[in-house]
Amino acid sequence: MSNEHIDEISGVMTTGHEWDGIKELNNPLPRWWVITFYVTIAWALAYTIAYPAWPMLSSATNGVLSFSSRNDVKNELAAAEAAKAKYVAAIQSKSVSEIAGDDALREFAVAAGGAAFKVNCVQCHGSGALGSKGFPNLNDDDWLWGGKTEQIHQTITHGIRFAADADTRQSEMTAFVDVLKPEQIAQVSAYVASLSGPMHDKSLIEPGAKVFADNCAACHGENAKGNRELGAPDLTDAIWLYGSGEAAIAAQVRAPKNGVMPAWVGRLGETTVKELAVYVHSLGGGE
Amino acid sequence: MLDQTQVERLEAEAVNSAKLRQPLYVARKKIFPKRASGRFRQFKWLVMAITLGIYYLTPWLRWDRGAFAPDQAVLLDLANRRFYFFFVEIWPQEFYYVAGLLMMAGVGLFLITSTVGRAWCGYTCPQTVWVDLFLVVERAIEGDRNARIKLDAAPWTARKLFLRVSKHAVWLVIAVATGGAWIFYFADAPKLLGEVATGTAAPVAYVTIAVLTGTTYVFGGLMREQVCTYMCPWPRIQAAMLDENSLTVTYNDWRGEPRSRHAKKATAAGQPVGDCVDCNACVAVCPMGIDIRDGQQLECITCALCIDACDSVMDKLGRERGLISYATLADYNANMAVATSGGASPVNPALVRTASGSFVDGLAHFHLGKIFRLRTYIYLGAWSAIGLVLVYSLLTRERLELNVLHDRNPQFVTLSDGSIRNGYTVKLLNMIDDTRAEDD
Repeated sequence: MSNEHIDEISGVMTTGHEWDGIKELNNPLPRWWVITFYVTIAWALAYTIAYPAWPMLSSATNGVLSFSSRNDVKNELAAAEAAKAKYVAAIQSKSVSEIAGDDALREFAVAAGGAAFKVNCVQCHGSGALGSKGFPNLNDDDWLWGGKTEQIHQTITHGIRFAADADTRQSEMTAFVDVLKPEQIAQVSAYVASLSGPMHDKSLIEPGAKVFADNCAACHGENAKGNRELGAPDLTDAIWLYGSGEAAIAAQVRAPKNGVMPAWVGRLGETTVKELAVYVHSLGGGE
Repeated sequence: MLDQTQVERLEAEAVNSAKLRQPLYVARKKIFPKRASGRFRQFKWLVMAITLGIYYLTPWLRWDRGAFAPDQAVLLDLANRRFYFFFVEIWPQEFYYVAGLLMMAGVGLFLITSTVGRAWCGYTCPQTVWVDLFLVVERAIEGDRNARIKLDAAPWTARKLFLRVSKHAVWLVIAVATGGAWIFYFADAPKLLGEVATGTAAPVAYVTIAVLTGTTYVFGGLMREQVCTYMCPWPRIQAAMLDENSLTVTYNDWRGEPRSRHAKKATAAGQPVGDCVDCNACVAVCPMGIDIRDGQQLECITCALCIDACDSVMDKLGRERGLISYATLADYNANMAVATSGGASPVNPALVRTASGSFVDGLAHFHLGKIFRLRTYIYLGAWSAIGLVLVYSLLTRERLELNVLHDRNPQFVTLSDGSIRNGYTVKLLNMIDDTRAEDD
């Protein structure tokens, strides 16, 4: 019976399996192959001793090599910090305009500032720094408080209308709902809208201009070009923080929204704030 | 008392009965290939010289590309992601040329295998070439087959130790040179040689040398035929490409059997005698340690050294060469049919010879037309088509590339005067090794 499993031609045992008359020989393995196989098993076991592997009740064995991926990350971060140290030191000691003027430093600051921006700023200004209603677009050439590197730096450092910082940028537009009559609000809104776009009801413009001169020019200027000292926006351009058109303007005249930006220096530190300023300046609208 | 014949005899056998046992593993049987000489050995020396020459010398060839590119003829510049091959320069986005070359290599292997069998294995495979080289060293130091068998069996003496140490030392030198040559394909060879010699080269260079030294020494010196038989997938793939019209190294039983060491006596006794004198020369020279007379087998790399060995024996005996020869299975089968009267009888060499001793008419002989058939034409066509497409594309490719990518975030920016600013990333690739004027 057992002889059925011996192949006649080779005299080698077969596995006993047969497919369409073809039988599989059960040749002995080469010795080196078997040794290699056992070596791999030994290697695997040694590996579990050398590296963290065996699960215990609340953790796992640490391995005799004390490998830890957290340590690796820590070391790599330390190495990265060390590599950055030269630039960071230069950034600490220089002003933002000096940083922006130095090619290597600017490149570093833009990269570092971009990373910090994605963590701290995108929540309001958007990942492309496009902003949204009430949150300024940082790519354009319209700046409420100035678009020079120093001015941007000042804004990021101390924030805007941020009560906790004594040096914060401060301004507050009056709510004119109690000061002006409704028709005056309509007139001045029509006038302001006419400064940057075609008007439908021309009869409102002239009285509107008068209302403007009496009530608004103090901050926004005679020609409505705004005043960066006060953060008063330019009303003649195409960019509207709280929406364009008479209705949006009227709403802002009646009960203005005054956005708040936190002061970041306490949280991010001087270096990161400088990097952020250089980054924001580099977005295309910097002056 | 019961009659013993009435006890039922059961068909039962112990599961661990001795005749069912066979070892789980076996040690490698040492092979001591004898030196062969003849046409195929000459051809193999030539192939070895060419392939090793290409391997070791290519990185040292220079090719002037001007001031803006390296002057090494063949260079895989991984750091700068460029591949230089004489007048061809491949950038990463042109990697399809490499894919095309790999396709050509694949189809070319099909073509070669379907026509001349495992010629790759027998002549040009690095494993074969380096084993051949290692055997040259072994033979030079320890002597030919018989001397090596004797030395292997001899007890350890100072002489044996000296011979063995010398052999392994030379092998290691070759292995280091092999690993060393490899790294020069990836960096400027003269500069890297200086760095390697002074210990200032990149760690990856030393690691590469060490790994390739190890594999060359172990595969070429210690494992040899085990690599072909057990590790290489190629022998397994052959079966799908060989057919009855492919050339293989064949023992022609139809003229060789019945083999006899005492041909004269046997002839005198009126027994049929074939051409094979059972001298075992074919087995002694085989680097795989097999007997080609057992028929076509997995282990055979078709190095054709057994043909050389047998031919020289046939020459001495004054018989026609080709008892072992390159033959197609179709020819072999046709001739076997003649020699066995269509399979009705054992091989009778008288049936393939005329009374005067020459071969009868109607025996199949090899000619080139037999291996060129529809299948090989298809392979050849596919291979050439890929090659032509590659050459055409290489000759007509554009060496200047301009990519303009519109920024996605922000998609656009409205400016204070109401105009729109769009941002673009412009990538300009000048793929010639020279500067360009603006209007080029």
